[in-house]
Amino acid sequence: MSTEVASKPIKTSEPLFSKKNMRLLSDPLNENNPITVQVLGICSALAVTAQVKPAFIMALAVTFVTAASNVFISLLRNLIPGNIRIIVQLTIVATMVILVDLVLKAYVYDVSKQLSVFVGLIITNCIIMGRLEAFAMGNKPWASFLDGIGNGLGYAAILIIVAIMREILGSGTLLGYQVVPQFMYDAGFANNNLMVVPAGALFAVGIIIWVQRAQNKYYETE
Amino acid sequence: MEFMDYFNTFIRSIFIENMIFAYFLGMCSYLAVSKNVKTAVGLGAAVIFVLTLTAPLNWLIKSAFLNEGSLEWISASLADVDLSFLSYIMYIAVIASAVQLVEMVVEKVSPALYGALGIFLPLIAVNCSILGGSLFMAQREYNLGETVAFSLGSGIGWFLAIVAIAAIREKIKYSDVPKPLRGLGITFIITGLMGIAFMSFSGIKL
Repeated sequence: MSTEVASKPIKTSEPLFSKKNMRLLSDPLNENNPITVQVLGICSALAVTAQVKPAFIMALAVTFVTAASNVFISLLRNLIPGNIRIIVQLTIVATMVILVDLVLKAYVYDVSKQLSVFVGLIITNCIIMGRLEAFAMGNKPWASFLDGIGNGLGYAAILIIVAIMREILGSGTLLGYQVVPQFMYDAGFANNNLMVVPAGALFAVGIIIWVQRAQNKYYETE
Repeated sequence: MEFMDYFNTFIRSIFIENMIFAYFLGMCSYLAVSKNVKTAVGLGAAVIFVLTLTAPLNWLIKSAFLNEGSLEWISASLADVDLSFLSYIMYIAVIASAVQLVEMVVEKVSPALYGALGIFLPLIAVNCSILGGSLFMAQREYNLGETVAFSLGSGIGWFLAIVAIAAIREKIKYSDVPKPLRGLGITFIITGLMGIAFMSFSGIKL
């Protein structure tokens, strides 16, 4: 979890889109990505990425919940007693997730069926709890909102990359449309079933982490 | 015959529908706390305990309050109330308070166990496999017996997975892994390989 962001509170006199505020948005996309660097929110990232469409909806849902609960917790941050804050946070997050769940059921029922329990599991998505603890509890609502959106988008980026890899290699389609042309199948290309099963997701994320860390020169030392 | 059904659910949830390898639930703590076997055993035991406690508890709450028409036992006028949309908030509240309660009880009754589990217990409230257990229980419409078998089995499956990866990670320290892949990356790939191994259990029926 990144604590260095939390220790720099944002001043009120700053313009809404100051450099510091924009960094809140852009940092989580690469250097401080919630999935590959902070290692949060892995569960759902893997489970919903067999196809692009559910992954996209899931990413939207998580971005909304992260931003909205960041704002609410940030508004309430001076009223919440320290020792019951986890329960307060969980209640707010759960309320947001219920909203999302009802909206999904109403407008995109088939995707909601496909995502099944993973919509509910947004509640325990560590990205959300992590941002609430590390950022929203100590910062103003607007900065918390940007931080929530930024982290949600960082999560979305990885989710969609993994989903694109898995859907093209695993079923030869993208958003349900055939993208691998017939002549490639004739030439011997075959759908790789490994990418459809859970293990494929783990390999895909492992490879993304490898590439990203090689580029950012970020190494873990044990 | 009934017993065999429960036993079947139990075995299925350990091996075939393993929380980690089939559904990726609880990956965060699985990755964070698997650096050595001893702590992995502690966390795994705590997960078994809390999962077996909360899923049946949530089953009781679901069938007494949340299902459509289940409020009839309070008053006949409530017979067509459907509170199932509140299930997420109820489940997570039960889990968070159960974890808090367990922590206090364990601290009083067995300080030794508290020392072993202590730091992991609060972590468990946000472990996806616990909430996932309750959500799967609701989605698959298990009865109470199946819920107990399923939650105990899932807990044991999670325990097996985290102990196995911790043992592998202890050994992998001595290998020459490419630098950017060290730590998180290689753990993902090993978990994928273990997932493939666990796939060989699919199709087992007792």
